[in-house]
This record gives sequence, C-alpha cells and structure tokens, in this order.
Amino acid sequence: MIRAIMTVALAAMTLTAVTEAAAQGQSGALVFAEKIAPVLTHPRCLNCHTITTFPRQGDERRRHDFLVVRGPRDNGAPAMQCVTCHQANNHTASGVPGAPHWQLAPLSMGWEGLGISTLCKALKDPRKNGNRDLAKLVQHMTNDPLVLWGWAPGGDRTPVPIAHADFSRALGEWVNSGAACPD
Amino acid sequence: MKLFVNGAARTVEAAAGTPLLWVVRESLGLTGTKFGCGIAACGACTLHVDGAPVRSCAYPVEAAAGRRVTTIEGLAPNRSHPVQRAWIAEQVPQCGYCQSGMIMSAAALLKARPQPTDADIDAAMTNICRCGTYDRVRKAIKRAAQGGAT
Repeated sequence: MIRAIMTVALAAMTLTAVTEAAAQGQSGALVFAEKIAPVLTHPRCLNCHTITTFPRQGDERRRHDFLVVRGPRDNGAPAMQCVTCHQANNHTASGVPGAPHWQLAPLSMGWEGLGISTLCKALKDPRKNGNRDLAKLVQHMTNDPLVLWGWAPGGDRTPVPIAHADFSRALGEWVNSGAACPD
Repeated sequence: MKLFVNGAARTVEAAAGTPLLWVVRESLGLTGTKFGCGIAACGACTLHVDGAPVRSCAYPVEAAAGRRVTTIEGLAPNRSHPVQRAWIAEQVPQCGYCQSGMIMSAAALLKARPQPTDADIDAAMTNICRCGTYDRVRKAIKRAAQGGAT
C-alpha cells in the first residue's frame, strides 16, 4: 500500500518536473522567437551574416555598392578590404559606418533565408557559430564591438529593434531555460 | 598630432575626426590626393596607411597618428613606380582626376597580388573613372605585373 502510494507520488513528481521543464523550454523558445530572432534577422545583423559572396547594405538589403566582395577571409578582396573604407568607429564627415574588425561573418554563420527554428539551431551549433559554447555565444553577442554596432549604426540607419539591455536579458533567460528552439 | 607622411614626420593640428584627406591636402599641401565624393564611394582619395589602401575622405586623422601615410607624391621618386611607368606607357589617364587614387589602389593590389587575375582586378579596382579608362587601367596593371612598364 505504502509502496503504491510512493510510486504514485514519485510518478506525480516526475510528471511535474517534466511538465515544468517542458514549460520552461516552451518559455525559452518563446523568448528566442520574440526577443532574440528579431535582432538576428534585422538588416544591421543580416547584412553581414550573408550566404553570398558579397555583403549587403541598407534596410532594403541591396547588394553592397561598388560590387565589393567577401574575399577569401571574409574581409574583402586584396587591396579592397572592408577596412579600406570602414574604420573603427562611425565616421560623421563621410557617413561611413564603422566598428572594430569590420568584416563579414564567415559563410558557416550565414543566416539569410533561415527560418527561426533553423536559425536557433544554427546559433547553438559550434560548427556554425565559430566554435562557441552557449556562454561564449552570449559573451560574443553582448560584448563584441561589431555586434554592438547594430545598436548604434550612425547616420539614418535603423538600429536593431530591441534595446541591448533587453536583448542581453533575453539571451540569459533563453540560455538558463535550456536554450530551447521554437518548432 | 604627429603623422609620418611620405617618410617625413609631420605635426598637424586638426580635430580628431577630420578626414585625413583634408589634412594631407590643406594642412600639408599635398594636393595630389583628390576629393571626389566624400563618402568613400569613388576612390579618388585613396592613399596608403601602413602600406594598405584607405579612402582618406572616410579616414579620421586620429587613426593615422603614428602611422606611415603614403600619398601619390610619395609613392616613388620621379614617377618611377612600376605602376606609374605602366600608366604612362599605356597612356591611361584622360582628364586624370581619378588617377591618383587609381594608381594607389593598383599599387596596393600588385603588392598583395603580384600577378593579379582579371577577377582580382575586378574585385580590387572599384575606383570610379568618369572618362572610362577602365580597359587601359586593366592593361596597365597587367603590364606592371609583367614588369614591362616601359
């Protein structure tokens, strides 16, 4: 009798834990969909996370002017590198945007055309995120100056739509809840 | 601030964000580097910083502090650079306005790619020429690469 009661109680506790974990995962997936994906798919990020042999520019995401190319190391062609024009900070006089180590993300980190679920999985995949674990991923997205440029792009460029503090908080919440991906 | 321009130490006074283009032209009197657009679109303002090409209209002078700046005037004595000699041999310039930047870009390309392919030239030489000297630019780059400047 007691054993039966304990079995039922244990099953109930397990079910509760599983339900809570599932709820937490759903919550994390929702955070990703609502607070993280809109940043990653914004032109300020996506224009350099391309799957093409060239960067894009503008909110309309046109091909970068002057037919600049990705180059063998994602930083432009020999003698026409990204840093030929893009310096370490936005340049008011010319309007050219800038941030340290201005360059494209490697093709392995190309996000163009990915649905939210696939984007989430790619983000967590060390083969596709620069060999980063979740902690390093969060550090990169909250501290890298080129990433931070998305929030202060200068000129009349639209910044990413979610405040950086909210984005950082969402990243932490997503990771702490198990980094679940939306379906 | 102190710059090293064409091998000489020069001291200039300028606001930190002043485009290097204006410093070399107006403070240092080196007017070979040209203003074409002011938005890094045309390449007329190309010079070298530590050997790498930059569009000086978008390059703040503070970033050049302590670095080696080379303008068209300092590329080589007496127009003796292989690119300059090839440019003369192929009679590349028409009006000539873009050619300082074009030559600086070409010189940087040949340093990075001594035997550039057409694709290398296409990718590197994005300078704009209103006179349309592009074919001769390509020919002169190949001539310089072959060492047949004259």
